[in-house]
Amino acid sequence: MLRIQCPFCGLRDHSEFSYGSDASVEYPPLDGSQQAWHDAVFQRENIDGVQFETWQHTLGCRMWIVVERDTRTHDILSVRPAHDGMAQALNTSLMIEPDQ
Amino acid sequence: MNTRRLPTGGQINRAKPLAFEWDGKPLAGYEGDSLASALLASGETILGRSFKYHRPRGLMSAGVEESGAIVTIGTGARRDANVKATSQALYDGLVAKGQNAWPSVRNDFGAVNSLFGRFFSAGFYYKTFMGLPPFEWGEGTGAWMWYEKIIRKAAGMGTASREADPDAYEHANGYCDILVVGSGPAGRSAALSAAQSGCDVVLVEQDFALGGESLSRVEEADTLTKELAALRDAGVRLMENTTAFGLYDGSVAGLLERVTDHLSAPTQWMPRQRFWTMRSRFTVIASGALERHLAFGNNDRPGIMTANAAKIYLNRYGILAGENIVIATNNDSAYLTASSLSNAGAPVTLLDSREQVLSSSQAGAQSAGVDVQHGMSILNAKGSKGVYSIDLAEKSSDGWRAKNQMACDLLLVSGGWSPVVNLLSHRGIKPVWDSVNGCFIAPDHHEPIAMAGSAAGIWDHADCVQSGEKAAAHAIAHLQGQHSQIPNQSGGWETPIEALYEISVSGRQYKSFVDPQHDVTADDIRLAHQEGFVSVEHLKRYTTLGMATDQGKMGNVIGLALMAEALGKEIPEVGTTTFRPPYTPISIGALKGRNVGSHFRPLRRTPLHDWNLDVGGTMTMAGLWHRPWYFAQPGEGIGEAYVRETETVRRTVGVCDVTSLGKIAVQGPDATEFLNRVYTNPFAKLAVGKARYGIMLRDDGFVMDDGTTWRLAENDYFMTTTTAHAAKVMTFLEELLQTRWQDLRVHLTSVSEQWAGIAVAGPQSREVITECAADARKVTDSALPFMGVVETTLQGNIPARIARISFSGERAFEIYTPSDYGPAAMDMIWSAARVRKGCLYGLEALGALRIEKGHVTGAELDGRVTIEDAGLGRMASDKKSYIGSVLKNRPELLKDDRPRLVGIFPKDRREIFNAGSILCQNDNVSGYGNGWVTAVTHSPALGHWIGLGFIEGGHSNWADRDVVCADPLRKGNTPVEIVSPHMFDPSGERMYG
Repeated sequence: MLRIQCPFCGLRDHSEFSYGSDASVEYPPLDGSQQAWHDAVFQRENIDGVQFETWQHTLGCRMWIVVERDTRTHDILSVRPAHDGMAQALNTSLMIEPDQ
Repeated sequence: MNTRRLPTGGQINRAKPLAFEWDGKPLAGYEGDSLASALLASGETILGRSFKYHRPRGLMSAGVEESGAIVTIGTGARRDANVKATSQALYDGLVAKGQNAWPSVRNDFGAVNSLFGRFFSAGFYYKTFMGLPPFEWGEGTGAWMWYEKIIRKAAGMGTASREADPDAYEHANGYCDILVVGSGPAGRSAALSAAQSGCDVVLVEQDFALGGESLSRVEEADTLTKELAALRDAGVRLMENTTAFGLYDGSVAGLLERVTDHLSAPTQWMPRQRFWTMRSRFTVIASGALERHLAFGNNDRPGIMTANAAKIYLNRYGILAGENIVIATNNDSAYLTASSLSNAGAPVTLLDSREQVLSSSQAGAQSAGVDVQHGMSILNAKGSKGVYSIDLAEKSSDGWRAKNQMACDLLLVSGGWSPVVNLLSHRGIKPVWDSVNGCFIAPDHHEPIAMAGSAAGIWDHADCVQSGEKAAAHAIAHLQGQHSQIPNQSGGWETPIEALYEISVSGRQYKSFVDPQHDVTADDIRLAHQEGFVSVEHLKRYTTLGMATDQGKMGNVIGLALMAEALGKEIPEVGTTTFRPPYTPISIGALKGRNVGSHFRPLRRTPLHDWNLDVGGTMTMAGLWHRPWYFAQPGEGIGEAYVRETETVRRTVGVCDVTSLGKIAVQGPDATEFLNRVYTNPFAKLAVGKARYGIMLRDDGFVMDDGTTWRLAENDYFMTTTTAHAAKVMTFLEELLQTRWQDLRVHLTSVSEQWAGIAVAGPQSREVITECAADARKVTDSALPFMGVVETTLQGNIPARIARISFSGERAFEIYTPSDYGPAAMDMIWSAARVRKGCLYGLEALGALRIEKGHVTGAELDGRVTIEDAGLGRMASDKKSYIGSVLKNRPELLKDDRPRLVGIFPKDRREIFNAGSILCQNDNVSGYGNGWVTAVTHSPALGHWIGLGFIEGGHSNWADRDVVCADPLRKGNTPVEIVSPHMFDPSGERMYG
């Protein structure tokens, strides 16, 4: 079982989270080209190494987070809120420090 | 094999005799005995029959590696098959039986198989029964299946009970700093020093007694109790009867705690077993090493066991297992065992395959009276139900040479030791071959795991204790963020082990077993090589080496060595197979825990659940929800009930619990913009006090969900989703706001549980609502027109949100009240409906009503359907962009011949047809057909069965063509007519009126 350090709730089992997708994908604007949308939705790298992925703490705070994970070892190298504003709030100590 | 219990010694309590039963025979043992030791002390030598040949088998070990004494424990519903007698604690009243034998393990009819043993080589059954003469006609036919049944019956294991498991099992969660696996000298020292440094330590031991190797070391008998007390004092949590069966990502270990398997009368509230998910930060593996066998003729006979097993039976259980003992070894470890057995009073001959050993081990054994012979080993054992003599082999310049015979009744074997590296291997770390020590050990790695004691290939007792301390220090450093490697410390014998796996002499053919539990012989391995198998993974699958319940604990290394020899390679080049969890078998019961019966999955009840039951509703599952299915009147079955309910809704009025629909509060200054982006139809201009039906697509352009959204105030919307997709929609909307559209100021709250929902549908629904509303003026035709929304109160001051929306095609309302008010509101609404000869209706009638109208739901929106396919293309705005608007226009999705939603009538209106059938052209019932049926119902409005489905090009394409609804497994073919999906009141007069 992976253990994921939720920035809001602390270290939790991965069974509390749902995997989202590749966090490096930049979605085109809603009126973007068909090719751009096709690439964003269907063209995904199958990375052998470190990748960024989105997860949701579905059975916890329901926040979307970005997890930096090594696909070879399952080591989790970093976790941050997907929402930049939230990430910033955490950095400026507006939030209570989660348990280690 | 003449065994006797010694008057003193061992870790058993002679003051507490325990009665048990073996194959119907009453026997006795002592508290502290294993089933195996009690059977041994009672002189029972034949305890099992082998898998293929039905050869008699006795004890081969004293632990989890046991391959001979595999028995069935318990009776009736509590019958547990394939239990290793060596790891089962004895308790008063235990009932054990031999298995894979008829009529008994002592006299087994199946033993006739062993007369034909030469035919039963690797792959025998497949080669013979699948396509070779005279069975070639059996190939690819049912004949093989027929043989297989008989073969399976002859080969085998115990039989599980067919009754439901009466025991309870638990799932438990644990946390600690350091998990120590194994309570031997290394595990204990690791646990103690870690705990004394302030770490939270859990120490698990698979045996029913703590101590590991120390339980069979006479000199430690007294200190062990003190050491265990010291561990408890230091705060170590000790768990005996607990196996760490697997090690997973994130330093998570799976533990199986056997809570009552060793108790004669467990209290009722105790679970039988507990499945622990243990989250540690570091794991010390001090799981010991297992002694290996040697391959020689008839090495599986009762009366042949590992040297260490005899030592355990002697020192832990006070049993001298033979009175004339021969030990064959290739390493130092057997010397101490030889001395103890000799001191206990049996003549012992020690055959050491090595020509030279350093003096101290030899001197110790010789002074104990052991006859030590060098350069000698065993060629063959004689006797079928026990050993009475052995053929010796002497080392010569070109291999082994047969020597004289020698009488004995107990033959002990030590073919070297295999450290238990399984848990490390679970982490994907391949063990490496240590040729000096003749075993696989852990390589350098970066996992938060340290090996200690003989699990690290350390043989000396004091070194083992020290390695435990080193492992603890390493663990603590790791917890403090310092990363280091523990250097390899393997070794500790005076004279190196000799690489010896098999003793054979050319010209003499014996059965010599490599994997006794699966009856894999040395010749099977060579045959596999001869037939072209070179990879160990293939060898394993072809011969089934190491695939029995012991997972090759005894024989794998021998198998690899023989394969290496056949290939002319070294063992490291051949490699090893990967150990996978579980280390020892775990019961299905423990895996399922309490998730059985009604607890198999969570149950969601609406606030009206009890209300529905009280008025006679029959419930059905809808996802996790229980929803009313139908409300039968006396004498009605489901068929009559739903038809009456459907009819009543269309004639007067019906009331239905629709609480399970997903409900999401969408609030904030940008809520309107947000909804406009996620729905296909325009939401920008939805007025306050109005609701709108909306469709959401996925990014890929297929339909995700539909529902209505009500504008309660400028920045306050109430969204409903389908029951099935509520969670998915919520998650997707949250993802959009938190990842892609971070600038939108919108807040989402799931309020599905907060509101009870009641649908009131039918020509007289307005009258019902009017009667219930506190202020009737709020719900008049003009105040609450079609798609109107009002926030008001019902009589009795019940807060309510009411919208005039319809799923049934009738004039209809959905009323939401805070959950706690649900039953009160329902009471009021139902009495108003009842006086109008209305009805309660359930999911079945709801389905019938919507099928008549051609409204889609989960059965149609299966993720492969575009908005055009569902006949809702007019809902797709071309004036704005929204989720899925680009990819829904992919050329393939715009083709005219895509399956489109249609209505289906049987040609003969008296006919019935089934959902799940495929739609085919009359003269071409084949393949996937041209479409499929998603839903059927009897339509009271039309007076016959109707259906919804999809067919290529839609109904206009099939207007004059003969179509059959093909259902080959159930009903056969039914000629049908393809019609518009709007089968009833297509203009919607009843709904809008």
